[in-house]
Amino acid sequence: MNTINWRLIYTHTVLIIGVIFMSLPVWVAFATSTHDAETILRNGLQFWPGTHFFETYREVLFVEGGVMKSVLGTTMLKNSLILGIGFAVGKVIISMLAAYAIVYFRFRLAAPLFWIIFMTLLLPLEVRIIPSYEVMAGLNLLDTHTGLIVPLIASATGTFFFRQFFMSVPDELLEAARLDGATPWRFFVDILIPLSKTMIAAILIIMFVVGWNQYLWPLIMTTKEENYTLVIGIKQIYQVLAEGGELPQYQKAFALTILATLPPVLVVLVFQNWFVKGLVESEK
Amino acid sequence: MKRVQFEHSPIPYLFIAPQIIIIVVFFLWPAAQAIYQSFLLEDAFGLSSQFVWFKNYSDTVFSTSWLQAAGFTVVFSTLVTLLSLAIALLLAVKANEVIHGARTYKTTLMWAYAIAPPVAGLMGNLMFHPLIGDLYKLMNAIGWDFNHKLDAFDASFVVILISVWKQVSVNFIFFLSGLQGIPHSVVEAATMDCKNATRRFWTITFPLLAPTTFFLMVINITYAFFETFGIIDTTTRGAPGGATNTLVYKVFQDGFRGADLGGSSAQSVVLMLIVLALTVVQFRFIERKVHY
Repeated sequence: MNTINWRLIYTHTVLIIGVIFMSLPVWVAFATSTHDAETILRNGLQFWPGTHFFETYREVLFVEGGVMKSVLGTTMLKNSLILGIGFAVGKVIISMLAAYAIVYFRFRLAAPLFWIIFMTLLLPLEVRIIPSYEVMAGLNLLDTHTGLIVPLIASATGTFFFRQFFMSVPDELLEAARLDGATPWRFFVDILIPLSKTMIAAILIIMFVVGWNQYLWPLIMTTKEENYTLVIGIKQIYQVLAEGGELPQYQKAFALTILATLPPVLVVLVFQNWFVKGLVESEK
Repeated sequence: MKRVQFEHSPIPYLFIAPQIIIIVVFFLWPAAQAIYQSFLLEDAFGLSSQFVWFKNYSDTVFSTSWLQAAGFTVVFSTLVTLLSLAIALLLAVKANEVIHGARTYKTTLMWAYAIAPPVAGLMGNLMFHPLIGDLYKLMNAIGWDFNHKLDAFDASFVVILISVWKQVSVNFIFFLSGLQGIPHSVVEAATMDCKNATRRFWTITFPLLAPTTFFLMVINITYAFFETFGIIDTTTRGAPGGATNTLVYKVFQDGFRGADLGGSSAQSVVLMLIVLALTVVQFRFIERKVHY
């Protein structure tokens, strides 16, 4: 006997509404970005792609824009990549080293140093924003990649993540390595790092997304347009595009939001399993 | 700590040094500066300053605009946390039930995690644009005299909607992984004992998810406090009349736009205390493991 399974229909309906709620804004942003300025101004947002895809994206990427007309989309893309990759790699290196010291060595200052690392959780950027800016200005690090990346990589999350993982590595490995006369550095490079490969991949993916999406710190750290990342650049450029001039260039504003979204979204989609693992594990 | 460790040597200090140095220079020193500046009053040119004890605190922290921001922050954080948790939980439970298309649903519900809050804010801004925004038109078409540039309630609505949207996917990922962590034997036993799926959810599944839910509440409150900065800065900028100022956004505005160092520092110190309180709550509860 075949009855309609109402429960199943209900389940799928809820999920489909959820998918539409989460995806429609981005789809509309993309579809609208492929129309020309007149169409958007006359007819509002668009739900189907138009014919101006190449024109708009070429202009956004390769024609200089911004308040001073001095920044290319490709430049912002490059800056964002440097921030995302630099942040992820820097964070993995720094936190693996610190976690290795904490887990595998007996040393006098271990406890106080661990608490100093823990304290970063209590001091998010937002509560020390102006003095942080002053420190960067004092060190002449404004508008530099170093100044952008280094202060961000020291927070405790990565260190806790690797500490947790190292604790789960069997003690016998170190015993065996020591019997073979391995130095601490050898043990780290030849045994611990290869063992941590999946963990490293997972945390790299999360941290790339987190780094790419940084907003407040780049916003106060960069004053020159050529140092804008996409995430902060689009806001400044949005104001020029959508609020100034005779004919607001909404399609370019939308194209920039799509460009700022695409790389982290692709990373998350392509490495979905590592990403979920990294996220769920690192927040524990 | 491990039972087996390397012996005393200077090596651990070398390994831990990079992180400690960065923390001292870029975390501890600025934080100490913020505390110090919160007791100082600078003249208009920043040439001289004078120690004023708690004057900055009494002037700014108990001002109407700070209390307004505090009030908004509480309402905002509560609504963002509850709404995004509720939506995510519903979606996760449903995604955990389906067999066909499970992977597709999972992917399409979680990928918005990768979108930066300010980018979400800008998209929302365009959706609610008075000239081209369909949502703006829709609101007015259904008889809601909607104007988020002028009306405090409407502005709060926009900021809350975008903040919830941005946060659903993180909560979804954690709820789904929490649900998948419930042993099959428990699920089967529950199904035999109780035929009513809704009741089964509230008496068995939901209590089993308590640790996840509690952990997510802390994450979400932190998000609503801090990370929504990018959403507010790209949409309302605290307008109209400070109605959508969160405490964090106000620190930024007073410090950078208003150049009120002492007042902004005093607010920062109050925020530090709030974060401290949140962290203590988090750790006390995690130790007790919120059990079922």
